[in-house]
Order: sequence, then structure tokens, then C-alpha cells
Amino acid sequence: MSFERTQEKLKILADAAKYDVSCSSSGSKRNNTNKGLGDATGMGICHSYTEDGRCVSLLKVLLTNHCIFDCAYCVTRKSNDVKRAAFKVQEVVDLTINFYRRNYIEGLFLSSGIFKSPDYTMERLVAVAKKLRQEENFNGYIHLKSIPGASDELMREAGLYADRLSVNIEIPTEAGLKKLAPDKKREDFIKPMVKVKNEIIQYKAEKKIIKSTPKFAPAGQSTQMIIGASGENDFQIMQTSNHFYNNYNLKRVYYSGYVPISYDNRLPQIGSAVPMLRENRLYQTDWLMRFYGFDVSEILNEQHQNLDLDVDPKLSWALRNLHEFPVDVNTADQRMLARIPGLGMKSVYKIINARRFRKLNWEHLKKIGVALNRAQYFMVCDSNQFEKRDLSAEKIKGLILQNSTSKYQKILSNQLSLFG
Amino acid sequence: MQAKNLIYDGTFDGFLSAVFYVFEHKLKTVTIQNEFTVQHRLFLENETIHTDELKANRVWKGIKSRLSSNGSYQLYYAFLSEDSGVEDLLLEYIQYVFSQRKKVDKDYTHPSILKIAQIAKSVGREKHRMEAFVRFRLTKDAIYFASIEPDFNVLPLIEKHFKRRYADQKWVIYDIKRGYGLFYDLNKVELINMDFPENFNFTKTDNAFFAEQEFEFQKLWQDYFKSTNIESRKNMKLHIRHVPKRYWKYLSEKQPN
Repeated sequence: MSFERTQEKLKILADAAKYDVSCSSSGSKRNNTNKGLGDATGMGICHSYTEDGRCVSLLKVLLTNHCIFDCAYCVTRKSNDVKRAAFKVQEVVDLTINFYRRNYIEGLFLSSGIFKSPDYTMERLVAVAKKLRQEENFNGYIHLKSIPGASDELMREAGLYADRLSVNIEIPTEAGLKKLAPDKKREDFIKPMVKVKNEIIQYKAEKKIIKSTPKFAPAGQSTQMIIGASGENDFQIMQTSNHFYNNYNLKRVYYSGYVPISYDNRLPQIGSAVPMLRENRLYQTDWLMRFYGFDVSEILNEQHQNLDLDVDPKLSWALRNLHEFPVDVNTADQRMLARIPGLGMKSVYKIINARRFRKLNWEHLKKIGVALNRAQYFMVCDSNQFEKRDLSAEKIKGLILQNSTSKYQKILSNQLSLFG
Repeated sequence: MQAKNLIYDGTFDGFLSAVFYVFEHKLKTVTIQNEFTVQHRLFLENETIHTDELKANRVWKGIKSRLSSNGSYQLYYAFLSEDSGVEDLLLEYIQYVFSQRKKVDKDYTHPSILKIAQIAKSVGREKHRMEAFVRFRLTKDAIYFASIEPDFNVLPLIEKHFKRRYADQKWVIYDIKRGYGLFYDLNKVELINMDFPENFNFTKTDNAFFAEQEFEFQKLWQDYFKSTNIESRKNMKLHIRHVPKRYWKYLSEKQPN
């Protein structure tokens, strides 16, 4: 491969791929059984972090940034005046293998602009994955993009070589999609997602009977939504997210704060801030749904359509539901412990284990690592010291904010001054 | 009553042999020290412990039967931290474990249990960091070579990971701080000590030692690292929390061009 040509292409095609936030490399269980290269069994590994603090786990590139579509939010859109490039299949294979051998990456995340037709594009993506698996004996992680509109047959083949498949719905509502990407239809995104979901279920069922059944996308499917490009509120976003988790068995939904890349007046203008704090609150909500036993409607509903920015969604929920507190940490079940603000799941497990030996007091809890500045208003333990004043939600919130410093202080005070 | 300062050879078996000695002689006032970092204590009689694999195995078997598998992992991890005084803490932990009838490794309110769990966690974090931050460079002898200086002695913990992953290439991971490394020869992993040439600079990729294509791939990786960054989200505080500066010198993407 010619070094200079590859270098130039890599710059263009990595730059264009970076707005896809997924970097997960876990959950695949692909063993190195053939004495080949790579192993994707354990947890994911972040080999480095960019200066914006995001994990670098996979070689994330587009096969090409030529595209026949003109989606307003996308940097690769047809009408955008940017340099175009396209990798050859072998170039992507060589880069992946050589980066992997040096322990730079866990594998490949290959996406693409859509050139000629969806099937033509999907075929090339599959060809890269196939070559890596069959010719290079590669057992590392491969994440392929499902191209909207690709045929069922190609999606089936993709799942045999890839660990994860994803298709980004990008815009949370159909109305928003119509406005920003008039040539795209929701159904086109859904179709490959449904196909992959059904194949995963079928392969898993067959594997139970015939052990040699090959793996099919063992790390599942994911999708991504852009936040703050098309005016949706948090309630709409999380409803969509919940819908996808429930109906398409997704492993992850990613939320990507919109980075302005265009002067299109349908979108936030270049120079406006990326909504990073909002993105963070959405991820917190996502975690509450998936790991803390919350139903999305407890956190966001008709009466409460946007997440608070100044406090996290669990604290916000607790303040609206003071009748559920205080919780006694020495007797409460896991579900209620997980609902105490300031307690993460790790602390919850430690408490459940430790209280078998003796009753826990404040000192124990502090040492275990509970964030008492938040938790103290919502729990009692083996101590006669606890919050005895009948504080209102407003008052508690005030006390907590007074005694903590948010890493978002700067953003928060800017936002306040807008209204002040 | 005897008061002793037990000095062992720095190995895990050596440490377990010292623990055996403590139980055998029912010592009450005792410290255990590594022979490389020994500090003489007043009123304590020094006793050099002979490493005995059989005794070590007996102690280890006993410990394992009284702990969950996670508990015995934590104990070994904490030992590898090489923290000063960790041996005494481990002894306290082991004595507590043997004094109780039920398994106590999840009793996080007991000071030595919590402390060992915390030390084990930082060793585990360092292990994971090394699995991430090792950067192989291809030498002229077609060996993928990496140098590291981990905070804790994690080479024994990462061997399996790298062996499984890089089954089809020869590699060396060398701990410069502790002066030993792992060498995989396509069949097995061996512990090695190496003599490096006088002018060998660990952070520099010198064309006297490294393959020609090594330079190209490092350059491509550095370019990739730059291209994948989103400038308008820049957050150096977060970046440094994830990749502390002490690790930068062996990271290919952090080398000056």
C-alpha cells in the first residue's frame, strides 16, 4: 500500500467517522481458538482517549465519504463541499491488522457513505469483514454499520462476520427526520434492524440444539440519536429510546450532542455550544432504565418533559417522591437501595454484603464510598443521627447544591445568566 | 513472647511461607518484610524465611477454602501492589479470615477487608491500564516489543491476556522499573531478563532496532488519533483523568512527531 495515499485517505475518512459515538468493544465472546490473531472475549478495552475525553477502542473509519444522500445534519452530505475519498477493501484490512498487532485497538468499526446503492455499499462493508475473518484469521471485534435499505441476504451475511451491527436513526422523531433528511424514511432504518433482531433470536435458538451453529452478531445491535438538532424534548427522546430497547432488543442507544457543522438554517448554527450536559443527563436516565430498575415514565412523563440540568435524574426523581423516603439501608431491598440518590450499584452490592455481618452506620457507609452529601437526606442507618427536620424538596435541593461542586458549574452558571 | 521481623525473598510463595511461620510459632508481635526493602525495627528480632513451596501451598489452599474466589484474587492482587506494609495488612486479613467460621471477604465494614479490597481494586485498574496502554513496536528481528513502567507489579496478571490475544506473533513486554519481562515465542510465555545496548532509548523508535514499516504505522496511528478528536468538545481534564501523564512516554500516539 502506498503510504502517502493511505495517510491522506485515513485523515479524511477518520475525520468523517468521528461523529458516530459508539466505541463499545465488549460482550462478544469471540475466542481465539484457531491460534490466529486477536480475541474478543473479555470486557472492552479503551486503548486511548481523545483530547475531548472519548474512548478510542476501535479503528473507526468510513469506507468512503461519497454519499448520494443529503441529510442536513451530516458532514458527508452530498451538497457539502468537502474532500472525498474511498478506501480499497485491502487497505482497511491492512490498517486494522497492523493497528491491532501493535495493541492500538480492539478492532474495526466500519461505516460508509452510501454510494451507488444501499446493497452495493453493504456488499463492500461485508467484504472487509469477510476478508478479516477468513483470510487473516482475525478474532478481534468488528462493528459494521447496517446500511438503511440493504437486502436481508446481505444483512444475514454481515451478522456472520461482525460482532455488532448498528443503524443510526439519528433523528428521534419522524417529523424531525422529514425536515432534515427528506430522502430518508424511518422504514428503511427499521428494516435491517428487524432482520438482524430476528436472525439473532433464530441463531441463539439453534445454538441451543446444535453447538456448532456459528455466532451471529454476538455483541448485538445498537443505534444513535442526535441530541439538540431538531427540537425534540427529553421525554420524546427517551420514549423513542425505550421503544427501541423494548422492540428491537438493542444493546445500546447512544446519544450524541449535535456538533454544528453547517450554516443550514434548519439547524443550530456553527459556533453554538454542543449540549454536553444534556447529553450526560440523558445517559444517566438511560442507565437508570437499564441497571437501576426505573421505568422511563417515572423519570420523564407528560408533566415532566425535560430533565433538570442542575441535578441528576435520580435525585430529581427522589425530590418529587419524598414520600418514598427515608430508606433504612439495613433492611431495604435492592430495588429501594438503588433508588437512594448518591448510591451507585457498586455501593448497593457492598451494602447488601456488608450488612450480613453487622448493622451499618454512617462511618461504615462513608468508608464504603457512598456520596453522603446527597444520600444523607434520603436514608437512615444504625445511628440516632439522621435528618429530623421536615425539609421540603426545594430546601433539600438547595442544601445539596450548596455543599457540592458540579463539574458543569461553568455551563450551569452561563445558562442561568441567560435568564438572569 | 517472641517479637519477630520476618524477612522473605519478595515472592508470593516466600510471603506465604512467612505466614506459615507465623502460625507455626503462634507469633503475636510480628512484621513481614521483603528483603529488598527491609527496614530494621527496634525490639524485633530478624528472622530470614526460607521459601518453601509445600508450606506455601498449604497456606494458600487453606486461604482459598475460606474465601470466595474473588477474595483470594483480591489477596493476590493486593500482594502485587508492593505497597510498603502491605504484608502486615495481608497477615491481619489472613488472621481475621482464619479466626472466623464463615467466609468474611465481603465484610466491607472490617478495616483490613475494606483496605485489601481497595488496594486490589487499584492493582486491578493498573492491570487493565496495561492491557490498554501497552504499545508494541515491531523490531528488525520480527518481535513485537513493548516497554512499560507500571505502578504495581502487574506482569504476572496480564500474561494470559496477551498470550491469548497475540497467539500468532512473537512479543516481549518488558517492565523497565522491575527489570524483567515476558517473552512469547509462539508456544509459551517465559520470564526474561534482558541487557539493552548502552544507547538504547526506550521511548524512541530508532531505525537501528526497529523495522522500517514501524515508522509508517506509528505515523498513521498518530494521524488517526488527531483526526478522531472533536475540537469543539475538547476537555483536557477528562482526557488526563483517563490517560494520566505518567503513561504518555510509552504511548505511540503521544510521541512528538
